[in-house]
Amino acid sequence: MSVLVYTESEQGKFKKVALEVASYAKTVADTLGTTVTAVTFNVDDASSLGNYGVDRVLNVAYDGNFDAKVYANVISQAAAKENSKVVIVSSSADSKYLAPLLAVELKAGYASNVVEAPLNISPFTVKRTAFTNKAFNLTEINSDVKLIGVSKNAFGLVESSGNATKEDFSPNLASSDITVQSVDKATDKVTIADAEIVVSAGRGLKGPENWGMIEELAEVLGAATACSKPVSDLGWRPHSEHVGQTGKPVASNLYIAIGISGAIQHLAGINASKVKVVINTDAEAPFFKAADYGVVGDAFEVVPQLIQKLKDFKAQNA
Amino acid sequence: MKILVCISHVPDTTSKINFADGNTKFDTNGVQFVINPNDEFGLTRAMWFKEKQGASVDVVNVGGAETEPTLRKALAIGADSAIRVNTEAKDGSQVAAELAKVVQDGGYDLIIAGRESIDYNGGMVPGMVAGIINSNFVNNCIGLEVDGTNVTAIREIDGGKETVTTTLPLVIGGQKGLVEESDLRIPNMRGIMMARKKPLNVVESTNVEAEATSVSFEKPDPKGAVTLVDPDNLDELINLLHNEAKVI
Ligand SMILES: Cc1cc2nc3c(=O)[nH]c(=O)nc-3n(C[C@H](O)[C@H](O)[C@H](O)COP(=O)(O)OP(=O)(O)OC[C@H]3O[C@@H](n4cnc5c(N)ncnc54)[C@H](O)[C@@H]3O)c2cc1C
Ligand SMILES: Nc1ncnc2c1ncn2[C@@H]1O[C@H](COP(=O)(O)O)[C@@H](O)[C@H]1O
Repeated sequence: MSVLVYTESEQGKFKKVALEVASYAKTVADTLGTTVTAVTFNVDDASSLGNYGVDRVLNVAYDGNFDAKVYANVISQAAAKENSKVVIVSSSADSKYLAPLLAVELKAGYASNVVEAPLNISPFTVKRTAFTNKAFNLTEINSDVKLIGVSKNAFGLVESSGNATKEDFSPNLASSDITVQSVDKATDKVTIADAEIVVSAGRGLKGPENWGMIEELAEVLGAATACSKPVSDLGWRPHSEHVGQTGKPVASNLYIAIGISGAIQHLAGINASKVKVVINTDAEAPFFKAADYGVVGDAFEVVPQLIQKLKDFKAQNA
Repeated sequence: MKILVCISHVPDTTSKINFADGNTKFDTNGVQFVINPNDEFGLTRAMWFKEKQGASVDVVNVGGAETEPTLRKALAIGADSAIRVNTEAKDGSQVAAELAKVVQDGGYDLIIAGRESIDYNGGMVPGMVAGIINSNFVNNCIGLEVDGTNVTAIREIDGGKETVTTTLPLVIGGQKGLVEESDLRIPNMRGIMMARKKPLNVVESTNVEAEATSVSFEKPDPKGAVTLVDPDNLDELINLLHNEAKVI
């Protein structure tokens, strides 16, 4: 009856979203009066999950690439072994890829983008974002097994003292029908999906030659860089940096928008970020209505000063 | 090749979102409905397969009669025929089960759906269809080529992209990149005229039960006013981000 949680890892280490979904699973397990079992791939040391309430970790050794069908099938075998009625995944690109396949295997009702602990257990009711973050929807899951996709940065980390014991789990591995031919991925940069802080700039920066200060600001903050759509359309920045309704979604802790007007299609993709800062010459720019903190000023003056002050701040707090 | 493009009928992003009947229903008053943007990219890619490789392209929606103008628009863009499964779309699993039946009855090889729809942002339907019909599935698809039954697809991943090969039958969850915005087609007069004569077949639903049901909606708490910081006092911004917002 354990609550089962799929905890993602990269190069043998848990991602931060893994700790967040573990925290979520612990909360659900406490309400149901049961324990938490995690299923994971290729992890060296599973003990850190104990700090977030996981009791047992089923570790699978797998030497292929991520494959949604293979992974979904493994998670469903773990759910059967644990007799789990609630299965929890994150909202990462990989989890969103495998979750619908998993839902079909488990005959589970699936709610994605869930932002809070279940509001009610019977009927099982969750709160999820809808209409690109312009509203919330309360959804009842009626099936016997429930699958929940937790939004990034919505629930947060909840520490609890515990010991996670690691067990080897050797399910039948399904054959893969999809062959990865090549991967093109910048490994030296923080990705928008993983970043706690995103520094984003728009057409207000005038041209690609002015992005040096944006990259420097991002580096000081350990942030990922992003841009508005016109900026990637103009070829000033790569398409992979385009955020918004038609680009990548952003759910960071801090989003800094520089020279971005704040069009509704832009905001739709970044609204899930916790704290928003805008730097814009035009006090009437719509972004000021969406932001928590704002500076009405010229990016070419404000950003270099901000970089210097952040460096001083870091030196003092180091 | 027989292509089916799944079209979700959604409010335009600039629409005001309001609720009716004690916050249990989306208020469609004054709302402009459009083809879900991710589906429009997929439909445009499907037109390329039609024109260059002689594929047939049908479009489908699971929904009430109110979605027909959206299907007609897809026909005006160039799809051959449209199917509407006559039932209210309740949740991802129910829509996927209805779509899976259409796929099986029609013998489609390639099912193009969107990564997510912009109303419920579920990101559920394409994967569930693939799971039910047991076909291959590529999500976040930003490039697609088909040669016979061999497929090369490009998939967006965190921090980059990945090129994969697979075979038909295939379901994709597509997005921008399948085609660019400049490739999208605005229906012209001739397309609109022709669309009126193209078949729009209404089929009855199989009445599968939804596994999840929407109970009600809430709007986020109104946001407080922005705190403005003087550009000559950026220390204050750092102070606020550190001590008040606790994000640095
Ligand atoms: C269907 C559809 C989908 C879309 N999807 C997206 C999407 O996913 N993402 C997206 O971003 N957009 C999207 N858009 C486009 C969106 O509507 C806006 O056009 C776009 O976001 C504007 O980009 P921008 O803010 O960089 O440029 P602009 O609107 O040109 O704004 C530039 C801003 O910079 C400010 N500025 C100028 N000089 C300075 C300076 N020296 N210092 C500081 N500030 C300065 C100006 O005051 C202005 O506010 C979409 C549009 C449509 C129709
Ligand atoms: N009612 C529907 N009818 C037809 N296709 C749909 C419907 N709902 C969703 N889809 C398809 O599934 C994709 C993802 O939708 P969703 O799972 O709702 O985010 C959409 O982009 C459509 O291609």
